[in-house]
Amino acid sequence: MSGEGLTVRDLRVTFDGFTAVDGVDLDIRPGDLRFLIGPNGAGKTTLVDAVTGLVKATGSVRFGEQDLLGKPVHKIARLGIGRTFQTATVFEELTVVQNLDIAAGAGRGVRTMLRRRKDVPEPVARALETIGLSRLRDRPAGVLAHGQKQWLEIGMLLVQDVRLLLLDEPVAGMSHDEREATGELLRRVSEDRTVVVIEHDMDFMRAYARSVSVLHAGKVLSEGSVAEVQADAKVQEVYLGRACEPEPALGPAPTPAPAAASVAEEA
Amino acid sequence: MTTITETPPAPLSARLRVPGAFVLGAVLLLGAAPLALSDFRLSLLAKYLCYAIVAVGVSLAWGRGGLMVLGQGVFFGLGGYAMAMHLKLADAAATGETLPDFMQLYGTGDALPWWWKPFANPGFALAMTVLLPMAVAALLGFFVFQRRVKGAYFAILSQALAAALSVWLVGQQATTGGTNGLTDIQGFFGYSLDDPVNQRMVYFVIAAVLLLLMAAARQLFVSRYGELLVAVRDSEERVRFLGYNPANVKLVAYVVAAGMAGLAGALFVPAVGIISPALIGIVPSIGFVIGAAVGGRASLVGAVLGAIAVAWAQSTLSDAFPGAWTYLQGLLFVLAVGFLPGGLASLGIVLRRRRTRTPATGETA
Repeated sequence: MSGEGLTVRDLRVTFDGFTAVDGVDLDIRPGDLRFLIGPNGAGKTTLVDAVTGLVKATGSVRFGEQDLLGKPVHKIARLGIGRTFQTATVFEELTVVQNLDIAAGAGRGVRTMLRRRKDVPEPVARALETIGLSRLRDRPAGVLAHGQKQWLEIGMLLVQDVRLLLLDEPVAGMSHDEREATGELLRRVSEDRTVVVIEHDMDFMRAYARSVSVLHAGKVLSEGSVAEVQADAKVQEVYLGRACEPEPALGPAPTPAPAAASVAEEA
Repeated sequence: MTTITETPPAPLSARLRVPGAFVLGAVLLLGAAPLALSDFRLSLLAKYLCYAIVAVGVSLAWGRGGLMVLGQGVFFGLGGYAMAMHLKLADAAATGETLPDFMQLYGTGDALPWWWKPFANPGFALAMTVLLPMAVAALLGFFVFQRRVKGAYFAILSQALAAALSVWLVGQQATTGGTNGLTDIQGFFGYSLDDPVNQRMVYFVIAAVLLLLMAAARQLFVSRYGELLVAVRDSEERVRFLGYNPANVKLVAYVVAAGMAGLAGALFVPAVGIISPALIGIVPSIGFVIGAAVGGRASLVGAVLGAIAVAWAQSTLSDAFPGAWTYLQGLLFVLAVGFLPGGLASLGIVLRRRRTRTPATGETA
């Protein structure tokens, strides 16, 4: 796999005395499809916030050769790091194509910016194919279904040409079919990019993760393949010791068949 | 191959709609209005068109950019004073004086203040009518947007600035004319403003500038920048994660709007013959956005027509019911912002949606 990996060392995030992320080390290799799981409040989203510059953190976060901590959000984004949010945030009043075109344009010069977009740029057209929204391209993003908005967000990261995608609960609220489509999309995307997914849905994780990190109380509890993590006694204690955690998976479970296969491929 | 799919060309009627409307506007402003209106009415229209020029900028910054620019009086005033300073100096020079009339009355010495001197040069003064407001907006906007001051805080800050400038001007009677402002302007680049023919000429200049700025603003609206500006308005944080600095995107709209307000102020001076603190303070600054709010701030034509209509209503109604206008103005603003955020320009869409919703319940688009 080509590209850059993400290296996190001793990452700490503190809000008014509460330590949300407490000394996390992570190594995510290029081309990985890493799932971050853990109970609510484990610090998963805060970790992504710290990597993308949204919250202040101490420690070190490196992406390839670049140091990320202390850089403003838009500069980190320009280094090829993109993210989505738990609630899909697309530009509702703009069309699907406009959304993607804006995502593709951070490096545009003044003259291009002052002209009207005459056609659909090639990367945008390719992303439309990949996320399956070609037919809806001239619809305002606000009228899209929830799942389609999530795909549009992933498409925006693709045209942004990020090397690292950080996705915060991309399948929450999706139907069974949408979950499967999203899983396949992530698998395709991770062929030449690094993908990190925060997820509560264990079935989805089992079906598509290449590797897993379990966070608990701001620390990395366990790390490895799906099978290794599931066999870890500490993980079982965190999840099974507290009867109602993790949150029950929403909707029916997807077919769990490819889980073992994908882990085997990676190994 | 650079593109895979081409957007199918719109039907001819749709493609001709915007140029058609532009030509219609030009015919009305440059042809019909001067033919139909008396000198007096035409000079009133010239004044309204100055407010309309401000509204073009408001439509860009507020309508598209979401920046509630409640302090456009500052930029209008800077442009107006820059122009008036030159015209006062030219008037004085024409009668063989070195000082403008008010300085001879209130001034302490007989020397022209140093910062007045460059304004004797017409080129410098003309450039300053636009560049000075833009520079002030750039400086202010840089700090405000970098620090992520938004919404009501931004509006209050703008208002405070408008108040500060007008208070400062009042306090500097010897050099700015104080409360009176710069009045009794006789000439406009060598043409006497007493001559009705020249007054008509001023009208044509203003109407042409308005049309040009509307065309420029329209280009900004449909450009990629225009799309990005709407994206920043609706979800600034998301834009940041796409690798843009939203502060710069907003700054451009703010500075362009300030330049337009400055030009409007500069053209207001020969049209009306005065610029004073009362024309640029808090109340007029709110006045500048009401027209856009009522007409439809996100729609260029809506904002311009709204500005003209509100200015017309103001001069008509404030004659008939002095004192009541201020209340009516406030009411209009509240009603437009609270109940019809798209302004009258969106009335058609709102009504159509109502109509389709009522008969077929549950079958909304």
